Amino acid sequence: MSGLFDQFKTWYENRHDYARDWKARKGGTVVATMCTYVPEEILMAAGMLPVRVLGAHEPQNVTEPHIFGMYCPFSRDSLAQGLLGRFDYAEGVTLSHSCIQYRQTFNSWKLHVPTVKWDYYLPMPNQVQSKFAKTLHRAEVAKFRTFIEGVVGKTVSDDALRGAVEIINENRRLLRQLFDYRKETNPRVTGTEALYASLTSQFVDKEEHNAELRRVLAEVEKRDNSREEGIRFMTIGSENDDLAFMAMVESVGATIVIDDQCSGTRYFWNEARIQDDVIATIADRYCERPACPTKDYPTHTRYEHVLKLAKDYNARGAIFLQQKFCDPHEGDYPDLKAHLEANDIPTLFLEFDMTNPIGPFRIRVEAFMETLREDELF
Amino acid sequence: MATTRYPTEQLKCWKKAKELREQYYQNYARAKENGGLRWSGSAATMDAIPAGLGRDVFSLTGEPYGAAISIDRKLNKVCQDAAESAGYARDLCAYMRSYWGSLMLDKYAFGGTFPRPDFNFQIQICCSHAKWYQVAGKIENTPTFFVDLSVGPHKYLTEDRVMYVANQGLEGIEWLEKTTGRKYDDELFIEAVKNEMRATSTWAKICELNQARPAPLDEKSMYSLYVLAALSKSSKWCADFYEEVYEEVKDRVARGIAAVGNERCRLMSDTQPPWPFLKIFRYLEEFGAVSIGSLYTFGLMGVWETTPEGRWVPRRLPWEIGVPMNTREEAMKAYADWTLDKPEFQQFYEPMVKTDMMMAIVKQWGVDGAMLHLNRGCEGLSMSIMENKLDLAKAGVPVMTYEGNMGDEKEFDEVRTQSRVDAFMEQLGLKRQAA
Repeated sequence: MSGLFDQFKTWYENRHDYARDWKARKGGTVVATMCTYVPEEILMAAGMLPVRVLGAHEPQNVTEPHIFGMYCPFSRDSLAQGLLGRFDYAEGVTLSHSCIQYRQTFNSWKLHVPTVKWDYYLPMPNQVQSKFAKTLHRAEVAKFRTFIEGVVGKTVSDDALRGAVEIINENRRLLRQLFDYRKETNPRVTGTEALYASLTSQFVDKEEHNAELRRVLAEVEKRDNSREEGIRFMTIGSENDDLAFMAMVESVGATIVIDDQCSGTRYFWNEARIQDDVIATIADRYCERPACPTKDYPTHTRYEHVLKLAKDYNARGAIFLQQKFCDPHEGDYPDLKAHLEANDIPTLFLEFDMTNPIGPFRIRVEAFMETLREDELF
Repeated sequence: MATTRYPTEQLKCWKKAKELREQYYQNYARAKENGGLRWSGSAATMDAIPAGLGRDVFSLTGEPYGAAISIDRKLNKVCQDAAESAGYARDLCAYMRSYWGSLMLDKYAFGGTFPRPDFNFQIQICCSHAKWYQVAGKIENTPTFFVDLSVGPHKYLTEDRVMYVANQGLEGIEWLEKTTGRKYDDELFIEAVKNEMRATSTWAKICELNQARPAPLDEKSMYSLYVLAALSKSSKWCADFYEEVYEEVKDRVARGIAAVGNERCRLMSDTQPPWPFLKIFRYLEEFGAVSIGSLYTFGLMGVWETTPEGRWVPRRLPWEIGVPMNTREEAMKAYADWTLDKPEFQQFYEPMVKTDMMMAIVKQWGVDGAMLHLNRGCEGLSMSIMENKLDLAKAGVPVMTYEGNMGDEKEFDEVRTQSRVDAFMEQLGLKRQAA
């Protein structure tokens, strides 16, 4: 990875230092957010820094007393980070209703992370396609706003909310511009670089992130397309911040050109549609975003969305990065795999745990690549 | 001989319970013979809604069906293998895998080919259970309707939240009319809602009787009774039968009839048991230990409320406290509220709420220890179980855990579990009594 993306990499590798520094610089409150359905606009408008809880991909021995071992590695790793005090700068923790497993993480956080002073669980429809979903979600986001006003002790004005929407929408727009470079032959942006950018937007101050994205976008234009793309892959799954895995794939003659993951496109893909009612503007956006399998009812919207991404970005194959024990993704996997394969996108399934065996995964990725090359030969 | 301290008697209602269950599965399979309708959904779904389509509409609830498959080892294996070979992970809900496999193999656990439903009518409370019918609907090419209950715990229920659920229920009625071509009968719907409230409140009253010493019921027997609500809680036959059971259990309490004659110690369990290994409860009896129930047995189907004094008691029926239920809309709102109040739904949101209910059971039912099943087959009811364990232990309740799976015997180690029971009994000061 060239120096162009170094700031994102530095932020990612030192994300707790960044949050502490932000707090010292701005004097604001840091809020640990769980799941990407939390309406960050409310927090930002209140002068807070939303920081998404991510794992550390290291062995840990602190979660067993609190969470059953059959819960997904991401939920356990995220809890471990809280219990180990890695987020000791975060005064609040908030979760928007999504999967059961992460709700357990949220509950154990609020019970056992001593630095948490307040918590908020935001009910959100799982059936976002329901004609009643947006009405309820608008009401819930309004309640969340009232709660946050109580935390900060002042009104969070409509103007402040509109300002936050504008900044966060710009972030979404800039990330899509960056990701668009991955449509190119021999893309000027690798999957690893793109992941650093999208991940850091989930915990860096959006104005600072936007400034860096603008700088990078101006520079990336000047990059040449000399890196051989090899086989173009898409990744599919829930959360993935295993950058070592991404780098490994891109070191063996492949490029990851797009994803359907909450650490990537699902987080930023759609902008909020500006409406007169700013709360509806915010709330509707989360109902309209590319769905996580937990919220994709009754019709599977994500199958066509994933296929379109694969086609638009000219992915040659797709790798499922399946968090072990993640039921919603496991439930969708066979049909989604069949859908992609019926549309000439071969797939590889890798089961992700808290720590991943890069060597064996490399062998499987290389074998997958060989089968794809055989298709080209014969 | 084990010392018998109390008289015991077989339950008089036992035979009828078995017959009702058998009849339920036959009714579903044979619904088409007289032009009836079949539908499927989970045990906790809002089944009073499809009941408005007519008296010839029969359901197949998924979890009891999965449990029924699980006790047929050969069938369970082929069903779960079929689901696995279709690409579904083996850590998914065990009932769900068995159900899908039964569907894929076209084998009905009660004989013949799988009687495919005309529609699925499901709720969304558990990630797996929502996925269950989304996938089943695709396999069967069956229309599926979901009522989303993602509104948080009942204690924080607001008008917006209850109406979100009620409005979906009302939309469900329109969907049912469109899907089946039948005219919907509001009177049947209101009757079914009342039946369900009566059945689930009466089940809670039956469970409440188990506070007596000796316990008139043991949990292993309760499983065979509570399942009727898990099959058809909105039916008149279920509500009526529970009233009979209530009278019989009340009589047992009055006469001091015990479920376990040598009762010396009262335990409670948690989550579904490993169905093919219910003999673990018989093993407890060798120590004079009776499992008096659990939040699962009391609260999966029973609906409760907490009095101002803090006692956990069967919930009062809405029409007895002036809640109007005369129109489709009024009944749906009351039904949404009742459904969202199910004890087992609360644990999907907050472990503390579950701990409070478990502690109420400990205190009111005189529980000496808890035996928690770390159920690899059900992520939903395993949610926060470790937090509950910590809370119970902190409150001074002896706790043992054992790992297993309600519907996949590959994940249950009987000998190891017995060893853990031995150690727990020793901790409780109980010795195995000579047979």
